[in-house]
Amino acid sequence: MASTTYKPGAAGAISGAKLTVEAGRARAAASPIAGVRLEPSQTGIWVAICAISMCFAALTSALVVREGSGMDWQRLVLPRILYFNTAALIASSFTLEISRKRIAAAAANADPRMRSYAPAMNWLLATLALGLLFVAGQIVAWRNLAAQGIFLATNPASSFFYVFTAMHGLHVLGGLAGLLYAMRRLTRTMRTPKPVALGAAAVYWHFMDVLWVYLLFIIAVRM
Amino acid sequence: MDHGSAQPAVHHMTPPTTFIRKYVFSLDHKVIGLQYYGLALVAVFTGMVLSWFMRIHLGWATAAIPLLDKLSPNGAPGGVITPEYYLSLLTMHGTIMVFFVLTNAPFAGFGNYFLPIQVGAEDMAFPKFNMMSFWVTFVAFLVLIAAFFVADGPPISGWTAYAPLSAVGGDSGPGEALGQTLWGLSIAIFCVGQLLGSLNFIATTLDLRTKGMTLAKMPLSTWAWFVTACIGLLAFAVLLPACILLVLDRIAGTSFFIPGGLVISDKLQPHNGGSPLLWQHLFWFFGHPEVYIAILPAIGIVSHILPTFTRKPLLGGQRVVIGCMVAIGFLSYVVWGHHMFLSGMNPFSALLFSVPTLIITIPATIATLIWLGSIYGANIRFTTPALFCLGFISVFISGGISGFFLAQPSIDTYLHATYFVVAHFHFVMGVAAIFAIFAGTYFWAPKMWGRMMNETLGKIHFWLTFIGVYAIFMPMHYLGLAGNVRRYSAFVDDYLVPLIPVHKFITVAALLTGAAQLIFLYNLIHSRFKGPKASDNPWDATSLEWDTTSPPPFDNFGGRHLTVYHGAYEYGVAGSKGDYVMQTSPEKIVGES
Repeated sequence: MASTTYKPGAAGAISGAKLTVEAGRARAAASPIAGVRLEPSQTGIWVAICAISMCFAALTSALVVREGSGMDWQRLVLPRILYFNTAALIASSFTLEISRKRIAAAAANADPRMRSYAPAMNWLLATLALGLLFVAGQIVAWRNLAAQGIFLATNPASSFFYVFTAMHGLHVLGGLAGLLYAMRRLTRTMRTPKPVALGAAAVYWHFMDVLWVYLLFIIAVRM
Repeated sequence: MDHGSAQPAVHHMTPPTTFIRKYVFSLDHKVIGLQYYGLALVAVFTGMVLSWFMRIHLGWATAAIPLLDKLSPNGAPGGVITPEYYLSLLTMHGTIMVFFVLTNAPFAGFGNYFLPIQVGAEDMAFPKFNMMSFWVTFVAFLVLIAAFFVADGPPISGWTAYAPLSAVGGDSGPGEALGQTLWGLSIAIFCVGQLLGSLNFIATTLDLRTKGMTLAKMPLSTWAWFVTACIGLLAFAVLLPACILLVLDRIAGTSFFIPGGLVISDKLQPHNGGSPLLWQHLFWFFGHPEVYIAILPAIGIVSHILPTFTRKPLLGGQRVVIGCMVAIGFLSYVVWGHHMFLSGMNPFSALLFSVPTLIITIPATIATLIWLGSIYGANIRFTTPALFCLGFISVFISGGISGFFLAQPSIDTYLHATYFVVAHFHFVMGVAAIFAIFAGTYFWAPKMWGRMMNETLGKIHFWLTFIGVYAIFMPMHYLGLAGNVRRYSAFVDDYLVPLIPVHKFITVAALLTGAAQLIFLYNLIHSRFKGPKASDNPWDATSLEWDTTSPPPFDNFGGRHLTVYHGAYEYGVAGSKGDYVMQTSPEKIVGES
């Protein structure tokens, strides 16, 4: 660099900026932070939700195109257990919210030693159980279709049914893992009343709910 | 949230001490960035050697290439490439270059290293996801390279893997059995890695900026990585399910992309009703944004480096460039159909895709004019990174101008399957992004390794490469206009035979330009260990990465929490000690916006 010569200030005339020697004045106060920031885990969950939505939007558009491209679309006789599964998943969202309310109430207690998270934990366990029930129910639905002789490659509607349910199921398993992680964090940090991981896991879990209702709608209307 | 407490202590732990945690399964974004860069370096030389094989074959169709018959006894018996193996080389060259070089180096490599530093964070928002992102990408690379070593070789369907040939399996040619399945799996795995990476980039940019670092004060490179992450998040989220459907067609007997009644190699394919066009739509819905995933970081890197060497802010201020990048990001999602003018889609759709394609040239042109206007009248410091920035502008314009022609469906009908398109995308996407990678490497090497790279070797490297790429790709425009079809392995038609001397010229130029890259490799490795020690801020630059030691400590700023007062490009400020004001300098600048 030492070999390179240039004229300081010559370019400054173009930039139009001048410097005064008022050093030391903190200008940070004059440039506030843009907006309110979320916890990274909250941002991350919303970003992940964008990506997952996009993934299923692509699959939905593929379904619409595929349905129109061939004459081989055959409607499925949907296993009734799907509706039971739906109810279980929606119920799990409610149990999760009850649990979060309990945690918030316990955390509001000024005395850390008086905080009791045990009832909240039970509701969280109920959420996990309902989530597992949903996954098990989806597998029963697959067995039901298989018993009808309908497999992945039988016809395009069944292909999309298996792809939709499998991909959603995998994401639900991810949500269960997230809830377990949040529970572990919660038991470790009982005394800090800021269950950040649980908040993020809850947003994701409710999204799984909404996504499933959307997929069920598509399945019921199109398949 | 109060910002003072929002300074996240991501690195709760002390720096790792074991070799494995420090260099292999590292959570440090700097190490992960270098891992991505190293992977891209391996990939780029692999891809370049593949292109040499193709070029030699195109110039001298009967030439025996040494050692190639060892790699593939069937594909190149006696070292002479078969037409099918030519397509394998083409497929692997394109896939390796687009995914593992043009996506990895400027975005994942430099982005991982410098995005957290440039916003003043200690690490990425999710270090564990970050580590997973690299290793998942690494596995994807291994799975892809494995295709070279399976029985019938790598796939032949091109980097776009058009259905139905990519979907039906072994009947459609050598490499289309296991090789094509490995391709589909590799790209699906790659998507997962990129999604994790994009998630990290977005959360880090939004949540971990240091005090005073507003979005408007972020350096343009960080803006580019952020916009690219947003594009990548949605684009790879579409490619992932598309690859899953493709692999299901191949191994599970579904018919997403394979129509009924298809006879390939005299065999009726057991599929029904699928839509080959569906694959093209899904692929190019990802594929066109992918072009911008490669070039936006390049635009950002050049916009970041250029003011350092012109010693003045970009013409019109950085908000215009930010606006251009965001506009390109949005528009990149509505132009994918221009890759499909010849696919048999409705000609009216072609018009609908042609118009936004022409519109997207407007922000790209504005950015280009800003660079040109910023060079005008500047006292440019002609260092190697500055030269590569200027070279980038040159090839970006050369490649961009041919884009105006190709955006017209009527002209594209003639040129689409010719070398004109090869020249276009190699210039505007390939070479332009590579030049930005070179600029970034020479610019940031002092920061990444604490050692300066050799300027003389750098300048020789620049001039040989700059002249070389023009010698390679300029004649291809001429070939294309003369009707020279791309993807052919040999030219035997009457109208193509007279063009073979041009191919020979291009081959020689490609071999020489490739050899010139050894100068870069030598410079990189030699400087890494023996180069002169770099100061903290060897280029007199302003952004936060120059506000720490070279290389930066484990937590980037040695426990300091920086406060940012200025935008990233306060150069040419009359009356300051140098001619520039660091972002963290509390000096007040009169007239600063």
